[in-house]
Amino acid sequence: MRREPAAKSKTRRQKDIESTNSGGLTRRTALKMGAAAGVVTMLTSKKSLAVPAMFDDPVPPEPTVCATRPTHSPATTPFVQALPIPQPAIPTLFMNPAPTKAANIAGGEAPRADHQRWEEFLPVVKYDVHLKPALHTYHPDMSPTYVWGYNGQIPGPTFLNLYRVPVLVRFHNELPVDHTGYGSNTHTTHLHNGHTASESDGFAGDFWGPGFFKDHHYPNIYAGYDAFAGGGDHDQDDRGDIREAMRTFWYHDHRHSFTATNNFRGLNGMYLIYDNVDTGIENDPRPTALRLPGPYGVHDIPLVFTDKLFCADGQMFATAPDAVAAGDKFIVNGAIQPFFQVRRRKYRFRLQNTGPARIYTFSLSDGRPFTLIATDGNLLEHPIQKTSLELHVSSRYDVIIDFSGNNIGDALYLMNNQAQFVNNAPEPLPDPNVDVRLAMMRFDVIGDPLFPDNSQVPDTLCQYPDLNLNEVVTTRIWNFDLIGGQFKVNGLIFDADRADATVKQGTAETWIIRNRLPASGWVHPVHIHLEEGRILSRNGAPPPPEESGRRDVYPLRPGEEVHIFLRFRDWFGKYMIHCHNLGHEDNFMLVRWDVGTATSLVTSPVDSLGNPNPSAQPNPDPPILSNLFNKKGVLA
Amino acid sequence: MMNRRDLLTCHVTDKSRPAASMGPEFYTNAVLRTHENKEVRFYDDLIKGKLTLINFIYTGCTKSCPRSTGNLAKAQEILGDRIGRDVFMYSITLKPEEDDPAVLRSYARSHGAKPGWLFLTGNEYDLTTLRFKLLRWDHPMLDFDPDQHTGMVRIINDTLNHWTMCPTHATPRQIVECVSWVEATKPYAVRLRENFAKQARLDLETKEAKARGAWRG
Repeated sequence: MRREPAAKSKTRRQKDIESTNSGGLTRRTALKMGAAAGVVTMLTSKKSLAVPAMFDDPVPPEPTVCATRPTHSPATTPFVQALPIPQPAIPTLFMNPAPTKAANIAGGEAPRADHQRWEEFLPVVKYDVHLKPALHTYHPDMSPTYVWGYNGQIPGPTFLNLYRVPVLVRFHNELPVDHTGYGSNTHTTHLHNGHTASESDGFAGDFWGPGFFKDHHYPNIYAGYDAFAGGGDHDQDDRGDIREAMRTFWYHDHRHSFTATNNFRGLNGMYLIYDNVDTGIENDPRPTALRLPGPYGVHDIPLVFTDKLFCADGQMFATAPDAVAAGDKFIVNGAIQPFFQVRRRKYRFRLQNTGPARIYTFSLSDGRPFTLIATDGNLLEHPIQKTSLELHVSSRYDVIIDFSGNNIGDALYLMNNQAQFVNNAPEPLPDPNVDVRLAMMRFDVIGDPLFPDNSQVPDTLCQYPDLNLNEVVTTRIWNFDLIGGQFKVNGLIFDADRADATVKQGTAETWIIRNRLPASGWVHPVHIHLEEGRILSRNGAPPPPEESGRRDVYPLRPGEEVHIFLRFRDWFGKYMIHCHNLGHEDNFMLVRWDVGTATSLVTSPVDSLGNPNPSAQPNPDPPILSNLFNKKGVLA
Repeated sequence: MMNRRDLLTCHVTDKSRPAASMGPEFYTNAVLRTHENKEVRFYDDLIKGKLTLINFIYTGCTKSCPRSTGNLAKAQEILGDRIGRDVFMYSITLKPEEDDPAVLRSYARSHGAKPGWLFLTGNEYDLTTLRFKLLRWDHPMLDFDPDQHTGMVRIINDTLNHWTMCPTHATPRQIVECVSWVEATKPYAVRLRENFAKQARLDLETKEAKARGAWRG
């Protein structure tokens, strides 16, 4: 894009020299002015990097969304727009007012508890992020769509971080005060699955309204920091255990009861952390570096998936003012069915499903396997070859696709094999061998790599911390259920003011999660905040290879039961376990649990009225599987 | 159903209808009968420009309904004189063949329903239409079983076209809080004052947690 005007100006300049008779405002002066304007355009363009506030587009008014459900979205030609790469977030040099440990209420900050361990992890890098309405073009065939985005971007800016470099993100709520229709202008941001203090975790009940800001403190420490204080034995330079590293995060609105609609409006983005193992640089000479394909935006590409239903005028349709429709348009990084030009080399893709509800089953059109290197942002100990990947809402997969065996001109499609709807794509189909309705996006192999591909996919990516069941102090059961026509967990309804369990900081527990509606057809992708877990068993059997690594989303199909090993470290306060189907969590399928100084022996100490619950038992139902562990606490 | 001219006329003639409202095209103007044996049109008389709580019950329901209605009665107490003024509650029967206005009237009395909380019946077609539009599990096996009907209460602010819902087995305090979620955003100064008050409570909690050792400064 940037080269084209330069080439044009060269020819214009030659013409200019040839024309000697021009007087007054010469073409050359005009050209210079044009070039200056071009620079300004480059600076202010959304496509360029920073967008200073003074150059911002005016806030678009809220449109009237079509009243009746469209039978289908407007027709769009697939694979005509390039895959957008979310812009990296740009740090703020001078944050005003300066961030403080205690909430700066008088300065316009939303209420929150004091930042924990503020002095210990004083923020080094700071970001200002503005939640605001914008117009976004999902496809050139469609009119611009009114959206809400972090910095008005779809998806939001990508935060590129380093472990041990603490970050502060100031979220400014600039959503419309006079908002009508679906979504809420009150908001809270969860960094999924940040090892962050409770006050920066975006707890669902801690939402706040337009006109205010809130500082989230992300220390970017390895989980288990305290256990390794003074230098761990695995990496003397690191405080904290490098084996606890998690790399691919996403951040999103978590406003209780409005999570589906606010995310549907566009409030989510990616957050990545690098360190001296996963450095993001494939030519990194350091011996610790894995040299996975990189850098970000070139060979390390996030693929943020969602689906939407659009009205004829391009606005997003919601089935009801508090519920969103299943979409008939596959959207990757804010573009409907884009193409991505690749060279004959390896790429790292970070697959992320932002929901609201769809479960994707991905494959590549030529049947080749994905090289799966990370699950929910955690590197696997060894890469796995998978021809089909089931991606649940909020889950992440990092995969390597190697195009070096392809010929120039080849096209490869990322397919979703769950045939759930029709795309309404115009004929003829671009590739007779591919059902375009099921294609998420297309990879076009356009040439040889510009530089030699020095990236690697080592056979051993990392080593996990020991999974020691002797550390387990208690076992908790979470029954995800429908009782009296209402979603309940352990028979209770979510109350932001009531903790249903307290875990003692520094201990480990086994959590058993169950989908208690065998005949419902509902899948509950259960998410646990704060800590990554290890699946001990799924329905009594060892977990499949893609679930053998560290996870933070545990899908439960009807009637299923999963046992998870979790440690609770470094932070105190309130956290959640909840179903990450955004519609289900909006219908109260959440539980608050706290990290405290003692272990609560019963899982739900009070009933839904807040009274002591004498009938509560640590184990209200006999587990589907008994004798899972032998007496030594080892998986039998 | 309606062509564009009808929609326009509707807007022109009905000035009391909020601009953001989905109107009778969505809500219908089904004629229902209250427990006071009065005829009402659903959109015009019950929804238009109002803030409403709507749930579905039947008087013979012994499993989940008594607790639901009991909680709504307590929420009614908390909402106080707002009920009947700017907040309205409607409990619609799932079994119109059993629940005539007289039955509903005694049910309302036994739960201490005040004016502004209506118990409604009507013909089965209309009631099913309303239930499908307002509160329905996207699962037919559960949805058609009256004992498993959704126990949520739908909360609507027609003026802003905001919806939310709340489980009727949540605490009455939670139900009232859910009502506040669909209300218009308060002026900045009011919300700033609320922030100061909330922060003061949070600071007390944090201080208490620090004393227990459950907060690291």
